[in-house]
Amino acid sequence: MTGAREGREEPGGSDQLYGRLKEFEGRAAATEGIGKDLVNEPMIRHWCEAMGDANPAYTGPEAIAPPTMLQAWTMGGLSGHTDRSQAYEDLFGLLDGAGYTSVVATDCEQEYLRPLRPGDRITFDAVIESVSERKTTKLGTGYFVTTRMDVRAEGEPAGTHRFRILKYTPAAVKRTAPRGGRSLRPRPVINRDNAGFWQGVAEHRLLIQRCGECATLRFPWLPGCNGCGCQEWDTVEASGEGTVFSYVVMHHPPFPAFSTSAEGGPYAVALIELAEGVRMVGNVVGVPYDKVRTGMPVRLEFLRTDPELELPVFRGGEG
Amino acid sequence: MKVGEELAPLEIAVTRTLIVAGAIASRDYQDVHHDAELAREKGSPDIFMNILTTNGLVGRYVTDRFGPSAVLRKVAIRLGVPNYPGDTMVLSGTVTALCDDGTAEVSVVGANGLGRHVTGTVTISVPEGAA
Repeated sequence: MTGAREGREEPGGSDQLYGRLKEFEGRAAATEGIGKDLVNEPMIRHWCEAMGDANPAYTGPEAIAPPTMLQAWTMGGLSGHTDRSQAYEDLFGLLDGAGYTSVVATDCEQEYLRPLRPGDRITFDAVIESVSERKTTKLGTGYFVTTRMDVRAEGEPAGTHRFRILKYTPAAVKRTAPRGGRSLRPRPVINRDNAGFWQGVAEHRLLIQRCGECATLRFPWLPGCNGCGCQEWDTVEASGEGTVFSYVVMHHPPFPAFSTSAEGGPYAVALIELAEGVRMVGNVVGVPYDKVRTGMPVRLEFLRTDPELELPVFRGGEG
Repeated sequence: MKVGEELAPLEIAVTRTLIVAGAIASRDYQDVHHDAELAREKGSPDIFMNILTTNGLVGRYVTDRFGPSAVLRKVAIRLGVPNYPGDTMVLSGTVTALCDDGTAEVSVVGANGLGRHVTGTVTISVPEGAA
């Protein structure tokens, strides 16, 4: 849990760590754990106050504990856990040592078999159920570890508690590493079927193909006409006027190259209907991602995204 | 109660006090739930709600809506975006199944300003005639 190890590399392509982590599956995470406190009214009341839970089932002489408190009775608290197994400590040691030092809980599945009442003595056993392959999430890269705990009250089964955490290297740490090396948009694949289009872009002209036989306009560029199959064509230059026909907002995963903010925040991708009738996919600029709307008028312009790449984009929000 | 029935939403103001009170009431002393400075060192913009509090709020939401005679049988949740101080989480729920054994399944979503904080399924028993 000590957070930042600056600029640490991820392990290489073949995930040898995963093989070692996998060996922990099925091993005990805690054996014969004992709740530090008996189930008690003050802790129940403090919980209900925090949650704003006024359920009368949790007060009075017949009170039960809120079932969702199940895990709370097994927590180590400020003085920490004393009942975790060596296997669990070793698994976490392995992950910490490899740079996966942060932890966040992602899933909790509880089944309640018996109500807990003040005075109940809690005992529990837990097993390391599974370790995932290495995953990259918005938070960072790491491994999901799932444990399952059987909780007993006065020796009777009281509930089961499956808990999943992500043990990870924070993405923020890695993000600062390639400073100055701003990520670039992918290069277009230019071939003989679309070379004319990119030639047009270089001249700041958006070219639409027109069938030599039936004069149907088509976009994107294709060798033949969808209407009549004719392979003869010429081009017309788009006026640059269009409207947003449809759009999506890309939130996740973040691609900093496409986003106006370096952090890779959300951005809009729109399907633009050009005044000539064909549609093309592109970015809308000059409008926040959450203000792009279907039917919004847009106008073509060319955006230099980096020294080697210029792209047609559409400016919205005028008029 | 019938399948497809929607529960009235519940708005939760995600205050710094709620986050800290929930963490302590659940005996979770991880610093990211009470110390903003240490949370930032770990790459989080602020402290954030712990999963036990989210679990407690989901349980409260369902028993609030079905009344004190409803008994929680299962609560299964998955977290998405964090609950940071100053946000508001709106819990909403839909009855998704009624089983022969008298239990009902409720699908619950808690959405905040960043997106979905929690999605989950709650199984409850409701005595006949109670809801």
